[in-house]
Amino acid sequence: MKTFAQLGFPGRLIAVEGLDGSGKSTQIYLLKRWLEAEGVKVYFSEWNSSELVKSATSKGKKRELLSPTTFSLIHATDFADRYERHLLPLLRAGYVVLCDRYVFTAYARDVVRGCPPAWVRGIYDFAARPDLTFFFKADLEVSLNRILDGRPKLKFFEAGMDLRLSTDPYESFRIFQGRILDQYLAMSTEFGFVTIDANQRVETQQATVRQLVNHRVDFDQFRRNSPLPLPPPIKRNGNNAGKSKPVEEVEEDSAA
Amino acid sequence: MKKPKNKLVVPSVSNRSFYGDGIPGVKPEELAGKLIVVEGADGSGRSTQIASLVEWLEITGHATVQVGLKRSTLVSEELERAQNGNILSRTTLSLFYATDFADQLENVILPSLKAGFVVLADRYIYTLMARDMVRGMDIAWLKNLYGVALKPDAVFYLAIEPNDLVQRNLAKTATLDYWESGMDLGLSRDLFDSFIEYQTLMRLAFRKLQKSYGFTIVDGNRPVDEVNAELRTKIEAVLVGK
Repeated sequence: MKTFAQLGFPGRLIAVEGLDGSGKSTQIYLLKRWLEAEGVKVYFSEWNSSELVKSATSKGKKRELLSPTTFSLIHATDFADRYERHLLPLLRAGYVVLCDRYVFTAYARDVVRGCPPAWVRGIYDFAARPDLTFFFKADLEVSLNRILDGRPKLKFFEAGMDLRLSTDPYESFRIFQGRILDQYLAMSTEFGFVTIDANQRVETQQATVRQLVNHRVDFDQFRRNSPLPLPPPIKRNGNNAGKSKPVEEVEEDSAA
Repeated sequence: MKKPKNKLVVPSVSNRSFYGDGIPGVKPEELAGKLIVVEGADGSGRSTQIASLVEWLEITGHATVQVGLKRSTLVSEELERAQNGNILSRTTLSLFYATDFADQLENVILPSLKAGFVVLADRYIYTLMARDMVRGMDIAWLKNLYGVALKPDAVFYLAIEPNDLVQRNLAKTATLDYWESGMDLGLSRDLFDSFIEYQTLMRLAFRKLQKSYGFTIVDGNRPVDEVNAELRTKIEAVLVGK
């Protein structure tokens, strides 16, 4: 698995991973604000947010139609749609792309749900590795309490209720999150996660994040030249490769 | 007076397995029914053959269930909508179809087989794989993806020359389907040329798949009854476990 830089992309991809309640979304949001203020071309993409796939995913979740296999596949579909339609073109165009969760979320969750690890990784192997992956590591209790303190109504799949770990959603959530954390920790070295101590203050974490990003990304290469709205419009008819072919050539081909 | 035939064939138990790791928690040995797949392009006579097979199987005392592509509760509507807009890129489309397949596998095919039904699949993973191969997807990636699929008891591929397919499709609908012509590939701007070229590529992809998945190629350029007689003979053999 090569990074976008190793593959020669002009853009860079930064991902954040961690448990629900680890504060990763706050951190990536603050990173985005900073990069924008620095005049960097930046795009933010969130897990499970493809417009196209969303209605199927939410129907599947609401009506509890998803099995470990279809749960995995529908999230892979969502990821592929964002990857091919937004991430790749933006990275080709020299953007800094920020991802709230990346393939590692699937590696962890789907495997906890019982999908074979090699199968899950095989499915996602069209995706390159982030140039920088932050893993926000908070004590399990801290993350759990951040979510559970408000006694929210946990959704069925969010709580891992499909795993039948417990009939109590809160207890199920605790066990489920604990297992996901184990998966993250097990892959941390393999994928070179930069671990951030998420028990620290927001500002302390953000300072570390900004310092590392500044070190890895030369901002001058990613500056916006014009104040275009983001993301740029995507042309729907762009995949017709034969369009610019001279007419004579086309005719010759079909005559042969 | 002739006595009605009432001796029914109880199907043999299949030696079952998945292509890969399969579906978590499913034991293949519990799947007592039979899975029969009919593959072939649109206009190859698939639906006609399947309808006739269902008729015959039910009269001979077998309970049947039919499945096909893009019929899942989970994603069929969304897939249809996305396809109409032609806005999905190839990996996304591939995974969307795989989701549709897996949903039907888990909710229709496997439970029906468990209940001892004969499941007739109007196309299976091979069409999906062939379509993706023609669009440049990696075959190893596809094999891993469809490692969830159960190995059928029989797969029949109705082979028809692309030129005959054109005639059949035009006779039926007076036009050629956008996707069955592979128009998304930009092979040609001419629907007719694109259809021929695409169906030729699909045939090549099926040939390639046939080597590793070993399905039976049935000559579809024959009268319906003749093709059906061949299918029945072969399915009878499958039912008794030959």
